[in-house]
Amino acid sequence: MKYHKDTMEIIFFARGGQGAKTAAEIIAQAAVLEGNFVQTFPNFGPERSGAPTKTYLRISNKAIRTKEPVVDPDVVVVLDDTLLDSQKVTEGLDKNEALIINSTKHPHEIRDIIRFDGKIHAVDANGISMAIVGQPRPNTVILGKIIKVTEVVKLESILEEFRKIFEDKIGKENCEKNILAIEKAYDVV
Amino acid sequence: MIPNTKYKIPNTRRALTGGYAAAYALKQIEPDVMPVYPITPQTPIIETYAKFVADGEVETEMIEVESEHSAMSAAIGASAAGARTVTATSSQGLAYMHEMLYIASGMRLPILMVVAARALSAPLSIHGDHSDVMGSRDSGWIQIFCENPQEVYDKTIIGMKLAERVGLPVMVIMDGFNTSHSVENLEILDAEIVKKFIGDYLPEHSLLDIENPVTYGPVALQESYFEFKIDQELATEKVTEEYRKVTEEYEKISGRKYGLFEEYNVKDAEKVLVLIGSVAGTAKDAVDELKKRNMKVGLIKIELFRPFPFAEIAGALKKAKEIIVMDRAQSIGSHPPLYSEIINSLYQIPASSAGGPDTKYQIQSIVYGLGGRDVFKKQIEQILGGKFKEKYLQ
Repeated sequence: MKYHKDTMEIIFFARGGQGAKTAAEIIAQAAVLEGNFVQTFPNFGPERSGAPTKTYLRISNKAIRTKEPVVDPDVVVVLDDTLLDSQKVTEGLDKNEALIINSTKHPHEIRDIIRFDGKIHAVDANGISMAIVGQPRPNTVILGKIIKVTEVVKLESILEEFRKIFEDKIGKENCEKNILAIEKAYDVV
Repeated sequence: MIPNTKYKIPNTRRALTGGYAAAYALKQIEPDVMPVYPITPQTPIIETYAKFVADGEVETEMIEVESEHSAMSAAIGASAAGARTVTATSSQGLAYMHEMLYIASGMRLPILMVVAARALSAPLSIHGDHSDVMGSRDSGWIQIFCENPQEVYDKTIIGMKLAERVGLPVMVIMDGFNTSHSVENLEILDAEIVKKFIGDYLPEHSLLDIENPVTYGPVALQESYFEFKIDQELATEKVTEEYRKVTEEYEKISGRKYGLFEEYNVKDAEKVLVLIGSVAGTAKDAVDELKKRNMKVGLIKIELFRPFPFAEIAGALKKAKEIIVMDRAQSIGSHPPLYSEIINSLYQIPASSAGGPDTKYQIQSIVYGLGGRDVFKKQIEQILGGKFKEKYLQ
């Protein structure tokens, strides 16, 4: 999947505390590293742990001036499949666009719930994270899947940014485990 | 914009929030004293700066006080003592400082305050609009508005230099959340270049200069108070020119040009939209869209709101047939603040025959974005297309 307009627009649906903002920012910083322009901001609702959140991400090869929330996304990322009950996650997505979701469900099961004609990419980010990192970190693991599907930045750039942000915070060993999990999500079909 | 080659501009493109950009500019300024009290959406600024202090990257003395009233009081004390002083706030915090704002400006103290503009209670809202800073527009502070994180970084540096040059306090204002919490690309200058641009702060007078004792804030009785206030106004009148000079100097080190206001496609425009702050970015995209449909529309984005550049705005609006002013604040019981200033500006344009004010302009006032209400490009296109006749863009 390539840019089909100047700007790639992504919406992340998650719950407060799941780290959608961090995931969006890692992609943004990786895109800056590659010389692109970015913008990312959360939907500024009340910040409550567990409440549904929306985070917007734009990546472009030219300067981004608009401040409006993303209304016509190219890709939607869902970090928690329990959100499908309450959030209109496919709003603005057409059949040529994609939904990436952290779920153990099969894409056709998800399609039955949301009645969406476009591509559905399901990845068990929690499972991968628990198996490799030993902790649920779906927000960073799913990065692998997002860039595999969107090709919006290179995997190396994501890994470089990840190391930059997390190596000091979580230690080298833990950081490398996370990176392994991102690579796994990138490769998993 | 091609950067001036006289200075080495390192490759320092990155993406930061407006809040972080302000903190980073403050780090390069490295003020002597920074009294702080947290409030959303300003908190990331002082939080980030506190980290710089804790990590030993700056030697600023941060004073954690118990309220914004105390933060501004401590800033006044520090500045009067001769220290380079900054602080930051939002909303209720700015309202709580209100009494002290007049003392800072009346004493002519060059305090820099970064404001992440936010709605005022009641009802309670933590989200962005210009109600707080518009409530301070008569307090004698210089007010500089920013569109995006790049402008926040640049104007924090410009604001510090301007404050010390004119001896008056400066507010550098970003839209709460829309700018303070949005990660966007910006270019950072080399720390040495910023240090050289700002220079050392050598106050003309200070309380700690015991060789030349002075008094700050004494009682002024009926025979002198009036004169103090006239002098303050005269000092503020000179700010427009000094601001222009400082932004020109800044352009030389950064390659980025700022002014009293930005004119976007105004030259041949029949219809001109006037507004302040982050929504200017969305409006520029809307103007480009309508240009494709051969519509003669343009945008003026106000950068310096206090002192207000009446004559210059009048010059820029001279050829417009229709003017639409969008305010992100009310002035309940009167017209919205920016709309009032634009009307005032138009009265500076003499009519061709009678010499009185020109009233040929069609002018519309729209209030938008109160309490963080989103604004979409399509809405601005409708406004510029003459299809929106309401007072409130809800």
